Amino acid sequence: MSEQSSTAGRGRRRLSRRRAITLAGVGVAGVAGVAAGAGALTRDGDRAAAYDGAAGAVPFHGEHQAGITTPAQDRLHFVAFDVITKDRDRLVAMLQEWTAAAARMTGGKDAGVIGAVGGMPEAPPDDTGEALGLPPSQLTLTVGFGATLFRDAQGGDRFGIAARRPAALADLPHFAGDALRPEISGGDLCVQACANDPQVAVHAIRNLARIGMGVVSVRWSQLGFGRTSSTSRDQATPRNLFGFKDGTANLKAEDAGLLREQLWAHPDDGTDWMAGGSYLVTRKIRMQIETWDRSSLVEQEQIVGRTKGSGAPLGRRDEFDEPDFAAKGDDGQPVIAVDSHVRLAHPTLNNGARLLRRGYNYVDGSDGLGRLDAGLFFMAYQRDPRRQFVPIQTQLARNDSMNEYLRHVSSGLFACPPGVRDAADWWGRALFS
Amino acid sequence: MRTTRFLVPAAVGALALTGVTACGAKDDRQDAGTGNTVKVKATDSVCEVDVTELDAGQATFTVTNSGSKVNEFYVYAAGDRVMGEVENIAPGLSRELRVELPAGTYETACKPGMSGRGIRGALKVSGTAATVAPDAALTEATASYQRYVTSQTAALLTKTEEFVAAVKAGDVPKAKALYPVARTYWERIEPVAESFGDLDPKIDGREEVVEEGMEFTGFHRIEKDLWTTGDISKDGPIADRLLADVKEIVARANAEKLTPLQLANGAKALLDEVASGKITGEEERYSHTDLWDFNANLEGSKAAVAALRPALEQRAPELVAQLDKEFANVEAALGKHRDGDGWKLHTQLSKAELKELSDSINALAEPISKVAAAVAR
Repeated sequence: MSEQSSTAGRGRRRLSRRRAITLAGVGVAGVAGVAAGAGALTRDGDRAAAYDGAAGAVPFHGEHQAGITTPAQDRLHFVAFDVITKDRDRLVAMLQEWTAAAARMTGGKDAGVIGAVGGMPEAPPDDTGEALGLPPSQLTLTVGFGATLFRDAQGGDRFGIAARRPAALADLPHFAGDALRPEISGGDLCVQACANDPQVAVHAIRNLARIGMGVVSVRWSQLGFGRTSSTSRDQATPRNLFGFKDGTANLKAEDAGLLREQLWAHPDDGTDWMAGGSYLVTRKIRMQIETWDRSSLVEQEQIVGRTKGSGAPLGRRDEFDEPDFAAKGDDGQPVIAVDSHVRLAHPTLNNGARLLRRGYNYVDGSDGLGRLDAGLFFMAYQRDPRRQFVPIQTQLARNDSMNEYLRHVSSGLFACPPGVRDAADWWGRALFS
Repeated sequence: MRTTRFLVPAAVGALALTGVTACGAKDDRQDAGTGNTVKVKATDSVCEVDVTELDAGQATFTVTNSGSKVNEFYVYAAGDRVMGEVENIAPGLSRELRVELPAGTYETACKPGMSGRGIRGALKVSGTAATVAPDAALTEATASYQRYVTSQTAALLTKTEEFVAAVKAGDVPKAKALYPVARTYWERIEPVAESFGDLDPKIDGREEVVEEGMEFTGFHRIEKDLWTTGDISKDGPIADRLLADVKEIVARANAEKLTPLQLANGAKALLDEVASGKITGEEERYSHTDLWDFNANLEGSKAAVAALRPALEQRAPELVAQLDKEFANVEAALGKHRDGDGWKLHTQLSKAELKELSDSINALAEPISKVAAAVAR
């Protein structure tokens, strides 16, 4: 494999040398328009198209960004950036370069037009190389804009877009019990990389961060594994680290009507550039694993409101049976407790509000006190957080009996623009044009 | 190639000023055969250069420091390329700088306290100068950097001698004051110094790099004693050895001719030093004078890039523009942490301040990593 690439590289050496200098990262606007195929090696000798299923490629271009209704992949590398330049042109040029690199990488190609090998020996390669030989692995890259991009913490309008901040991107309120750490919350921009191979997801973020040097700086990032939600009926519902199925009542790609109503921003929602986009809420929720594991099975099931084995709502038989919130037990108490997680989060209690959850489990090593530093990196996409995440989380924060075992330590809110239509389009074009 | 505003005549630029008559003020000073002589009066706040228009050729600057701070004098071409400099001009002393100046636009600078951009003044050199061929520009880069190394090693030796004398005299406050100053000259040319792998660990080895059977010596050993116990009564032999090692490395460095590619890689290596050792506070873990080293690494990197500048302007003008911008950005970020003539201690900076420095170094190091390929083309 590496032999193939280097042979191809040698054949291209003369061309590459010239490219290496003229395109040498001097923020060449318009690179976005350069066809990815020109001088770019596919990581597997131009055979990316041969892969399908979990190893295959997810189309990058489309009406909506990939990575939202895409069947949830197994791995996550999420990163939030702060913009460190005040130069709007530099930011735009970087978004164009990012888009071109994302189109290449999601197609199983190197990040740069020259590639990890085959360029000038004296030059650092324009791809970091750790994904050489790996298939596309259903990599998706999804970008979002935080409120501080529009108006920074000091109230400054750095990029002349303060007036274009969507009303739906209103700061989240403080929820009861929040223990948020500012250094791992917020951010001007985010990129969600999901793939079935963690090396592919990490490679993508690493290369985007490198392209962004001098324009953006990594504020915080999160690795996740074991998707905790299914976003397609084809997928079995996975389990979170409490051992319960998570995301049974999730919005699914097949629910076209619900997606229109609940997931995608509309042109008449008040922000034209967001039409076809979606709002992402991220919450890092630390789980008190050790104390949870010591609680009895019946307590665990009452807290969640579902059985641990099948995931069926208490009092019902199958996972996808509708919960019966009116049902009473022999003791006259509701079968599904009034402070259970399922009841408080359910659409019937929240004016029909739904979310497309796409969270991942995380384990960040241990905390030095003999406990796993673990939990859920919750991610939810929606049409308007003010009518969806905020009321649902307000309920949960006040009343959910699960709170004893949870701590929200990080929070983020991002406006994810509509999809990149074609090779001439780029992330955020409608916002910055 | 797009043309850029950087196609101003550099020292080797092709601006033929034939026909421009030399002005009278200058003619008075022309001694046939000896070139131009210029008197420079330097104080803590003034840098008086008595002639600012010269003929191309050899120039001799006599710099007198009548201030209270140690001074330096530089002649810069575009992009702060050092054409010549004298370091370490103590109060009350005069030193001479002889330098070959082709026609072009230059700046003179005094640096009281040996820091910052210095007090600048314009210097115009007229005459004819042929356009320099690409390969000649690279040859000139080597020669130019060689001049820089020579000036730094001279100062390194002087300051190390003073530092060693203070250690041997048991003068802890004086040794502490001299420590970051002596190291400045070391850190500016660190890639050159590190090319002598046998000497580097003896002079600059941190405690963890000392291998089994090797003694912990050099700057950092004395640093540890100065800042932890304050007892340097047994450090005489260590100080003697440091001076002997520095003398040897100075002799070797002065004889070393770096290739343009080594210059380019050295410029990058200096920033890597900053990113991996100085930002973290690992280098000066006892004295916390990491920002002195940071600044010196940055200056050394800039000197290497400046030496290559004429070649880079021919080969990658956009890269030159980007480097100028990013160097200015790092200097501005670092400049916030000045403390008198020196720098704040690493421990006085918040995490957010260190992150800002780290970001600015990354922003500069990425384009710097592309210099080698431009030189190698």
